Formats: sequence, C-alpha cells, structure tokens
Amino acid sequence: MQRLLLAIVVLVGVPAVLGGYIVLTERLLGLASDKARDRIRPWLWLGPAAALLVVFLVYPALRTMVLSLFDATSTTFVGLGNYVYIFTDKIMLMALRNNVIWLVFFTPVTVGLGLLIAVLADRVRYEAAFKALIFLPMAISAVAAGVIWRFMYAYRPPGTAQTGTLNALFTAIIPGFQPQTWLTNPPLNNLAIIVIAVWIWTGFNMVLLSAGLKGIPKDLLEAARVDGANEWQVFRHITLPMLSSTIGVVTTSMLIFALKSFDLVYLVTNGNFDTEIIANRMYKEMFNFHSYGRASAIAVVLLVAIVPIMVLNIRRFRQQEEMR
Amino acid sequence: MASMTKAQPRPPASRAGRIVAALQRGPLHLIIIAIALIWMLPTVGLLVSSFRPPHLVSTTGWWTAFKLPFTFTLENYYRVLTTNNMGTSFVNSLFVSIPATVIPIMIAAFAAYAFAWMPFKGRDVLFLVVVGLQVVPLQMTLIPILRLFTDLKLTGTFRAIWLAHSGYGLPLAIYLLRNFFGSLPREMLEASYIDGASPVTTFFRLVLPTSVPALASLAIFQFLWVWNDLLIALIYLGGQRSVAPMTVTVANLVNSYGQDWQLLTAAAFISMLLPMVVFFSLQQYFVRGILAGSVKG
Repeated sequence: MQRLLLAIVVLVGVPAVLGGYIVLTERLLGLASDKARDRIRPWLWLGPAAALLVVFLVYPALRTMVLSLFDATSTTFVGLGNYVYIFTDKIMLMALRNNVIWLVFFTPVTVGLGLLIAVLADRVRYEAAFKALIFLPMAISAVAAGVIWRFMYAYRPPGTAQTGTLNALFTAIIPGFQPQTWLTNPPLNNLAIIVIAVWIWTGFNMVLLSAGLKGIPKDLLEAARVDGANEWQVFRHITLPMLSSTIGVVTTSMLIFALKSFDLVYLVTNGNFDTEIIANRMYKEMFNFHSYGRASAIAVVLLVAIVPIMVLNIRRFRQQEEMR
Repeated sequence: MASMTKAQPRPPASRAGRIVAALQRGPLHLIIIAIALIWMLPTVGLLVSSFRPPHLVSTTGWWTAFKLPFTFTLENYYRVLTTNNMGTSFVNSLFVSIPATVIPIMIAAFAAYAFAWMPFKGRDVLFLVVVGLQVVPLQMTLIPILRLFTDLKLTGTFRAIWLAHSGYGLPLAIYLLRNFFGSLPREMLEASYIDGASPVTTFFRLVLPTSVPALASLAIFQFLWVWNDLLIALIYLGGQRSVAPMTVTVANLVNSYGQDWQLLTAAAFISMLLPMVVFFSLQQYFVRGILAGSVKG
C-alpha cells in the first residue's frame, strides 16, 4: 500500500516537479533582460539532464578508471597490477578467449541470417507476419530466452525418454545419435549459448537490413533483370553494395553486444564448464569476491575494446542518415 | 511495411503460367516456412510445457502433450503465482519500469529541445559529448554508483533503480528526440513565437503534441529495456525478494529450482506476457524505435 502511494507520488509528482521547474525558471527569467534570458535559458533546460549524466555516467566512468589502479578494497595503489591479472589469470584468459569465440561466431551468423531472412521475406506476401515471428525474441528478456532454451537443450541419459527438444529430435532422426549434454560439454556449450543469442538478435538485424532493402530503388533492380542478370547477380552486384552501410551498422552493433553480453551466460551456466565471459567475470569479481580493483579493470578493458567499434558505428550511421 | 511493392516477377496471364510460376516459387515458401517453424519451436515448447502437469513435464517431451488423453493444467501458474513471489515481482517490474520510462524521457525532452531550438555557445560540441556517452558500457559505472547508493542508503530501493535507469537511458533519448525536434518545420515554431508564446508554452502546447509518435517509440523502447533488464536490477536492488522484478525472480528460480522445470516454464511465460502484448499491439512503434536507435551501445 505504501508502495502504491510512492508510485503514484512519483508518477504524478516527478513530472509535476519537472514541469514546474521549467515554468518557474521561465517566470524568473522574466525578470532578466531579453539578452540575458536567451543566454541563460538553454542551460536551465539542459540542467536536469546534465546533472543525471554527470552523476550516472561521466563521474562513475572516470572513477572506475581510477579504481582499476587500486586493490580490492580501493585503499592501496597497485599500478597496473589488476591489468596484469586480467591478462595472466587462467580464468580471465579463458573469459577473453570465450568473448573472442562470441565475436567470431555470433556476429557473422546473426548478420548473415538477418540478411538472408530480410531478402527472403521481401519476396512474399506474408512478409509482415513472418518478420514479426523472427523479431519476437527481441521483445522478451534474455532471462526468459535462457529458460526457453534450457528446455531445448535438456538432457536425459540414453535409454530414457528425452525431454529436451534437440536431443529428442536428433535421436529420432539420426540413427545411433547419443543424447548430448549441450550446456556442460566444452567447447560445444559456448556455441550452444551463442545459438540462443543468435535466436534473439537475428530479428534486430533483419529489421534494419529489411528497411535498407526497401530503400533500394526498384527500377535499378528491374533494369539489371531486364539486362539479363540472374537473381544471384542482382543480389551480389546491386543489393549487397547498396546495403553495405546498413550491414556495417548491424555488424558493429553485434560486435558490441558480443563484448558486453552478460545475462545469458549468467543465467544458463553462470560461467561454469568453461563458458565464462568478461562481463559475467566482472560481476563475480564485484559481488562474489568483492575485488573492486579487478572488477574495475575488467570494465576498463571492456570500454577500450568497445570505443573503436562504437566510433565506427556512429560514423557509419551518420553517413547512412545523410544518404536518406 | 506490408504495403511496399514486392520485387516479384509479374504474374503471367494464363492460368497454366500462373501455376508454373507458383511451383517455381515453392522452394522459397518452403524455406521461409521452415525458418518460421524453427524460430517458433522454442517458444511453443515452453508455452505447451507450462500447461502440463509436473510429473509429465519431467518424464516426457512437450510434444507428447498432443497425444490423447490430453492432460493440461493451470497448476504451474497457480503455484508460481502464489508461492514463488511472481505476483509481487510482476507488480515490482511495473513499479520499476513505468517511472524509469517517464522520468528520463521528460528530462531528455527538455534537453533535446534546448539542443534543437535554442542557440547557445558550444551547443554542437556538447551534443556530440552526450551522443558519445553511449560508448560507456554500463559496467564502467556499476561500482562507483553502487557505493554512492550505499552511502545514501538507497540500495535496494526503487528510487535507486529509477535514478540509475534515468541516467543510463538519457544519451539515446536525447539523441533521438533532438533529431526529431530538429526536423520540425521552423515556420511552425516561429509562428508560435510571433503569436507571443513563450518557449515553455511552445514546448508543451506545440512541440510535445506533434512529437507523440517519436515519444511513443522511445517510451516503448525504454520500457522494454528496463522491463527486461537483469544486470542493473541485480546490482542496485540487491538480493531482496520484496523488491525483485521478474527478471531477478526468474533468474533466482533457475538457480534454486534448476530441476523443478514446470515452475520455470510458467514463471518465464508470465515475465514474457507484457512484452509480448506491447510487441504485438505496438509493433510499428517498436520497430521505428529500433531503426532510429541502432547506435545504442
């Protein structure tokens, strides 16, 4: 009950306070000269956003960089010790390796599948329904997706009825197939988790690529067909080049996702059975081991890995915007 | 989207020709249907399992449910809602998500309006900085903010997570809204100023109402993002059951009831319910949000 009250106070109160803030400052500005008014006003409108950004993004990011040079309790300066740990510790190295596996397998597969589905969907009348189906996993949480796929990967010993969809399917259609423990059997289990991520994110790529596809002038494709080009040639020499900037955007988005990915691994294996990845490792260093220096250093490594990709992404996105 | 013209060969005039054309396109339809089935299979399996009695879920596959005699039950939903905190979590998820959507969008709208229509020194540089903040992975902020919240005794409260999500959601929200506000016709705003309206009146009476589609896209995007978030909820809300949103509760169920499957199925489905309703009813806004916000880190 008390909570409901709080929620109502927040939902009515916060917008009222924010709106009131803008109205009130405008009143106060009425006292100033015209010139001063126009100079001060933007800063008043930017104020709340600037405050939140500084407190929740700018300051913590800088602070984390500093903390990464200190020990677990942030009291003793250890220089680059935490970074040495990241690049020498056995489990950390495995986490880094697994993130590379994610980058190498997850990115091309989701982008490729997204492209394939966008191109296929473009050719049928029930396009909208088909695309909605592929896109649906984007709307649900990684937690729910993890639960869904634990069912797909479920294992029962050979001889008993398989309850997992994949084991049941494969034992039924492939003679002599032995039920697999998909999630506990390295290095296969890394790929098993990546498949879940592919299932979730292909829809995202498809939506962007499909929009790009609609932007290609139909006359151009028709002209090529009239000139005797077959469908593959049209795709290879017209569609693909014209989609290149969109492909760039989705590829970089997927690279960043693969680097930051946390939920799926946390939920499905919690990094056991050689599936550890850096974001989950950071969570463990922070919460299970209370090693704030190491956790901070992992975050900084993540940032350093992401910055170049993100710069590329923003630049490409801008080019694309200009082309529209 | 469906109204777009398709790159299909023109239908031949004769009936025989049409049949041949349809047959030639057979493989295309087959591939599409196969992909659709593969994509649906995992979700359908979970949905069917969630209505099956516990002893059957653990001994037979979900597809056997379609053999006679049918044995479907609501027991899993009943149990998970009454004994596993799912009811409370559903309400908690709403408590977390709604303010965490409304607050950042409002604050972002003010800032975006200033960026779009108020000239001031250093405007472009500052806007670039805000957009650039999307580079910062959330992981960079967790430890200092957790300490800050601990000092302020905010950990484990809804206020903490509202504030955090508001901060994290701002760069994207400001970026999208500035672009949208910036594309409004200059004459419209000037006419309003000439009529003697202040920037405040123009903003609330003219700019916001014309921007409803953009605001809706952004709101859906932010709402689903917060609703589906696990990491931030895990960290700032701590392990407290009383404030745990659904993602955290389901994740806990996975850890504690790893083998008690039938409960997990119902729990996962309850957590998917609202996103699916939002998705199916407001799909076009969601898609637009994704298209516009594809640079979000």
